[in-house]
Amino acid sequence: MLNALLGWVDKRFPLTATWKEHLSEYYAPKNFNFWYFFGSLALLVLVIQIVSGIFLTMHYKPDADQAFASVEYIMRDVPWGWAIRYIHSTGASMFFVVVYLHMFRGLIYGSYRKPRELLWIVGMLIYLCLMAEAFFGYLLPWGQMSYWGAQVIVNLFGAVPFIGPDLALWIRGDYVVSDATLNRFFAFHVIAVPLVLLGLVAAHLVALHEVGSNNPDGVEIKKKKNPATGVPLDGIPLHPYYTVKDIFGVVIFLMVFTVIVFFVPEMGGYFLEYNNFVPADSLATPAHIAPVWYFTPFYSILRAVPPMFGSQFPGVLAMGAAVVIMFLLPWIDRGTVKSIRYRGTIYKSALAIFVVVFLLLGYLGTVPTNVWGQFGSWLGGADRATVVARIGTIIYFLFFVLMPWYTRIDKTKPEPERVTP
Amino acid sequence: MRLALVMCLLMPMIAAAAGGNVKLDRADIDPRDAVSIQHGAKVFVNYCLGCHSASYMRYNRLLDLGLSEQQISDNLMFANEKIGDTMQIAMRVEDGKSWFGVAPPDLSVIARSRGADWLYTYFRSFYRDDERAMGWNNVAFPNAAMPHVLWKLQGIQRLQADHSEGDSAGHGTLVLESPGTMSVEDYDSLVRDLVNYLVYMGEPAGVKRVQIGIIVLLFLGVMAIPAWLLKREFWKDVH
Repeated sequence: MLNALLGWVDKRFPLTATWKEHLSEYYAPKNFNFWYFFGSLALLVLVIQIVSGIFLTMHYKPDADQAFASVEYIMRDVPWGWAIRYIHSTGASMFFVVVYLHMFRGLIYGSYRKPRELLWIVGMLIYLCLMAEAFFGYLLPWGQMSYWGAQVIVNLFGAVPFIGPDLALWIRGDYVVSDATLNRFFAFHVIAVPLVLLGLVAAHLVALHEVGSNNPDGVEIKKKKNPATGVPLDGIPLHPYYTVKDIFGVVIFLMVFTVIVFFVPEMGGYFLEYNNFVPADSLATPAHIAPVWYFTPFYSILRAVPPMFGSQFPGVLAMGAAVVIMFLLPWIDRGTVKSIRYRGTIYKSALAIFVVVFLLLGYLGTVPTNVWGQFGSWLGGADRATVVARIGTIIYFLFFVLMPWYTRIDKTKPEPERVTP
Repeated sequence: MRLALVMCLLMPMIAAAAGGNVKLDRADIDPRDAVSIQHGAKVFVNYCLGCHSASYMRYNRLLDLGLSEQQISDNLMFANEKIGDTMQIAMRVEDGKSWFGVAPPDLSVIARSRGADWLYTYFRSFYRDDERAMGWNNVAFPNAAMPHVLWKLQGIQRLQADHSEGDSAGHGTLVLESPGTMSVEDYDSLVRDLVNYLVYMGEPAGVKRVQIGIIVLLFLGVMAIPAWLLKREFWKDVH
């Protein structure tokens, strides 16, 4: 009976064929390690965000006079509203945690290298979408940080030469962030960006299953196939092997998620900023405006670049370039091997320094620039943190700019023929 | 006894600097102490709710604290509100602005933006300052517009300029000049209860949240075992 039904469907829709192509006969390398959990976890967080977001939308009011109160209404009067809201706010941060780890995996194992250039580019587009999604969503609670964060970011567009002021006005729909801005950000957050995001995620998966997954050894499993079956010798079907493995990963991830949602939903002010429990006030600028942690490395770069010719535009440009430059990775990496396991000291050191600098810039973006005091008059009394952020910014860009050179001269070890256990 | 009291009065409560960099005293509240929160609620409706609203907080939410509707309406509601109403005030925002210079903020989520320790320090840091319109100033919040509503309980503090600091702008030591109706310990305890209530009001589901979290975490912990065994079973033939 069920088989007959399946046959009926298969004649009209490639159900079995799709199942086989993407699950039961999609062969993934058998040597995936810890770092390979984060792709499926990103998918999980996407679903969590969509589902919790739908429930929030049922009670949230995108109206400057009611938005803040409607969030508190969700927190107090909607049954389980507090849980849904915390799941969504935790999910936002955890999305970035998972995506940053996923991207780092790409860096250490060279997952962006040929033939996976498009896979990497689609992934980068997902990352851009995610940033837009987070930015638009952050305005919706209409707290002080929502308001002033949006004000600061939209004003960045105002620094673009010639068209800047008009551009900023066009984005806001008003001369300051206002009800009009809230309404359009709501539209972008709940429908426009998620649609694009879902499309890109589908494209990311299609591209991945076309070229096949990379692995911690960075060798292509498709090169060594069983001549009789055509199945890669080091490949195992995604389902059931990696589905059951990912179920375990999901349970562990959900335990971390649960600890945050139920015990430390504010995460010390990093996931939910304290100042955002003050309703937006267009007349009271907070003393210290900082974006949420996942934007802070780029915010640091923005602040580090001094104004030139009386314009903030160079800083804005540097911040944009810091993200866009990652698109180039597949072409600027000239190493003879993909995986860090067979790279030489130079690449390993460069990557280690990059990670430290990224984290340092991230930290500095959360604090005021006077946090470490000032240098003496020999450096014009400059803020120590600003000087460090400037050096960090230079190192950040050098990691990419010098990559074609240092990856080529690096002494690599020979790659194995097949994956190692 | 007398000596102890004097020592308490002279105890430098806050060595403060202006501009929000005040050293905060630990409030040390217990969000599961319903009696303390109930007492704090009483202080809140008697002393705060005249000028500050808590417009996201419903009176009947206090049922959480083990109070009955009758107890709530007898002890905590003074006008003709209904039990399901939120804690509103009669004072209009414009009036608040013209009387105090700034409208008294809504206190529903004040504990979430300020933090318990800050509130605890703030309520104990008022001092007499004749240069301010209301006659009061505050070490934790210099030039705050709010008068010391609890002064009859705490008494009147003066700020003694700290000579080692060299300036008088908020620096110095608070000294209790004339005691109020409460001892220092009792006043601190009252403030602690009030802060406990404000924290509760900031997130009424807070205690329940932690309780449910423990159950969810236990469930996931149990789930992890079959998930791991399933993985191990399936992966037996992968070499």
